Amino acid sequence: MDNQTLIYLFVGATFALYIGIAIWSRAGSTSDYYVAGGGVHPIANGMATGADWMSAASFISMAGIISFVGRDGAVYLMGWTGGYVLLAMCLAPYLRKFGKFTVPEFIGERYYSQAARVVAIICVIFISFTYVAGQMRGVGIVFSRYLEVDINSGVLIGMAIVFFYAVLGGMKGITYTQVAQYCVMIFAYMIPAIYISMLITGNPIPQLGFGGTLSGSDTFLLDKLNGLSQELGFNQYTAGSKSTVDMFFITMALMVGTAGLPHVIVRFFTVPKVSDARKSAGYALLFIAILYTTAPAVASFARVNLLETVSEAEYQQLPEWFESWENAGLLAWKDKNGDGKIQYQAGKPFAGKPSFDGDARGASNERIVTNEATDNANELYVDRDIMVLANPEIAQLPGWVIALMAAGGLAAALSTAAGLLLVISTSISHDLLKSNLMPNIDEKKELLAARFAAAAAICVAGYFGINPPGFVAQVVAFAFGLAASSFFPAILMGIFYKKMNKEGAIAGMVSGLVFTFAYIIYFKFVNPAANTPDNWFFGISPEGIGTLGMLLNFVVAYVVAKMTPPPPEHIQHLVEDIRVPRGAGAPVADH
Amino acid sequence: MSDNNQNAQAYWKENVKLLLTLLLVWFAVSYGCGILFVDALDTIKIGGFPLGFWFAQQGSIYTFVVLIFVYTARMNTLDRKYDFHEE
Repeated sequence: MDNQTLIYLFVGATFALYIGIAIWSRAGSTSDYYVAGGGVHPIANGMATGADWMSAASFISMAGIISFVGRDGAVYLMGWTGGYVLLAMCLAPYLRKFGKFTVPEFIGERYYSQAARVVAIICVIFISFTYVAGQMRGVGIVFSRYLEVDINSGVLIGMAIVFFYAVLGGMKGITYTQVAQYCVMIFAYMIPAIYISMLITGNPIPQLGFGGTLSGSDTFLLDKLNGLSQELGFNQYTAGSKSTVDMFFITMALMVGTAGLPHVIVRFFTVPKVSDARKSAGYALLFIAILYTTAPAVASFARVNLLETVSEAEYQQLPEWFESWENAGLLAWKDKNGDGKIQYQAGKPFAGKPSFDGDARGASNERIVTNEATDNANELYVDRDIMVLANPEIAQLPGWVIALMAAGGLAAALSTAAGLLLVISTSISHDLLKSNLMPNIDEKKELLAARFAAAAAICVAGYFGINPPGFVAQVVAFAFGLAASSFFPAILMGIFYKKMNKEGAIAGMVSGLVFTFAYIIYFKFVNPAANTPDNWFFGISPEGIGTLGMLLNFVVAYVVAKMTPPPPEHIQHLVEDIRVPRGAGAPVADH
Repeated sequence: MSDNNQNAQAYWKENVKLLLTLLLVWFAVSYGCGILFVDALDTIKIGGFPLGFWFAQQGSIYTFVVLIFVYTARMNTLDRKYDFHEE
């Protein structure tokens, strides 16, 4: 069978599986719809959380980024996993004991205030839409590369699939679909990684091969990589180029942001007991760690492969994959010195993304790039995303591995999109309608409203996928910064500081949010030219500013709480109650 | 009631102590070994890994997983000790 048939077969089979699961586990009540009835086994919940959390960015882009920045990639590796320690110990068990459906619900009740609830709803919707727009685009890109449809049709197919299991199945449908998606994506990631590790280092475990020697020599892989990088004028792979302050703040913002993201938190409402919430955070991180410890290994293998294959190679002698990714616009070569060989060195070959002169071919039969050349010696443009997507081809793996990658990339993007869409629909139907605007709505109508909201959210997300706002890549920093500076402190103080009152919490959330928002807007949109370390506050980049926003939130909340009356007696009892595990039943459908 | 209350307070105190201890390890391994002292640790090599680089890209993640499972086990013991475990 040829590759294309295999891809259709794999992608088709996984989609049939997801839809089958959605029909089997469709939601019958609001409790099913919001928290899967509260009866998910902690291991299943761990897998679902893993799929929910690992997005197209984790699956496709992360290893590629690490591959180009070397040690600095640690901000993502540590930042996106370390947050689970905070979640498991500081938030998950207590929120599970609280036993309701959503994050704004906790904030609204703990701070006995509709205003606090509304601030939380706005944050949830903003954070989730920011995030989901990127996912839908990811779905479109993966489809267009593998199914040979255009990106827009890819987005539409993705919307149809998500519509099916998110609208029909709610949290219950999503949970079990995500379990399947986790399995698909981890197989898809690990199989090429294991193959390539065997080829390059002779060790089948990528995590170990990474620190091993190259097959048939005594040179360590990382030493080889450092040597190659320096020869070509790049930074040493194992040395960082970001400042220590910035590394610290970005890592912290990503960790705390992870712990504060609503679609992750809500997954811990779905297990039966408090002890299960703790356990399932452990399983979630274990399942995530399988991919996250493989990613830096894949990054270094891909880097060695790329440098060795393309550097000083004659264009016409290059393997076939170079041309297919050049055709996809993710590789581009501009022969500045006209010697027919590829010079790959540090620096940009030309300004911006490549634009091609149609299908026209140059002297060596390369696609002609029309961008203005820069004055350094580098001739090669490499899109970071190909480091993962092209890896199986570069290593000449069999066709079914490539088909598996396609299915895995789609599973990663679809599972995260579905989780986010559900959070959006829940905030609208439950927090906004049921708890705020129309408290008398009955369960059946609420369920219907949730389904309508999910359908509407899918349409909006699809619109962003088809017409991506130019700022999608930049606004992901928003999602984490805002989660870090608003939710995390409010929830943490709600549990650990009995005397925190509504005035303090609202003042803290608002000041953290406004500060973080303003800082990012200023450097990303108002004055992007000034976005350099000299102009940053204490050398903190916009990606890391959420950490400062969080600290501001804590300080403001504490000061305001000291100057205003303490929370009422029954709230202090509520806090005492969520601190002990006994008495956490399944959340009741009607409350 | 006040007995139960004292019980809950003692439970909470032990819980917070455990949490702070584990978070100290969390901080030392990730921010300490992976960021603040990474260059000093890089002078030590284990196999092909400079140690600081290994903590930044691998070691800290392994530690996080272990920390959560240690926490889970200790909390289950604590739940039983103070009779707050769920049936």
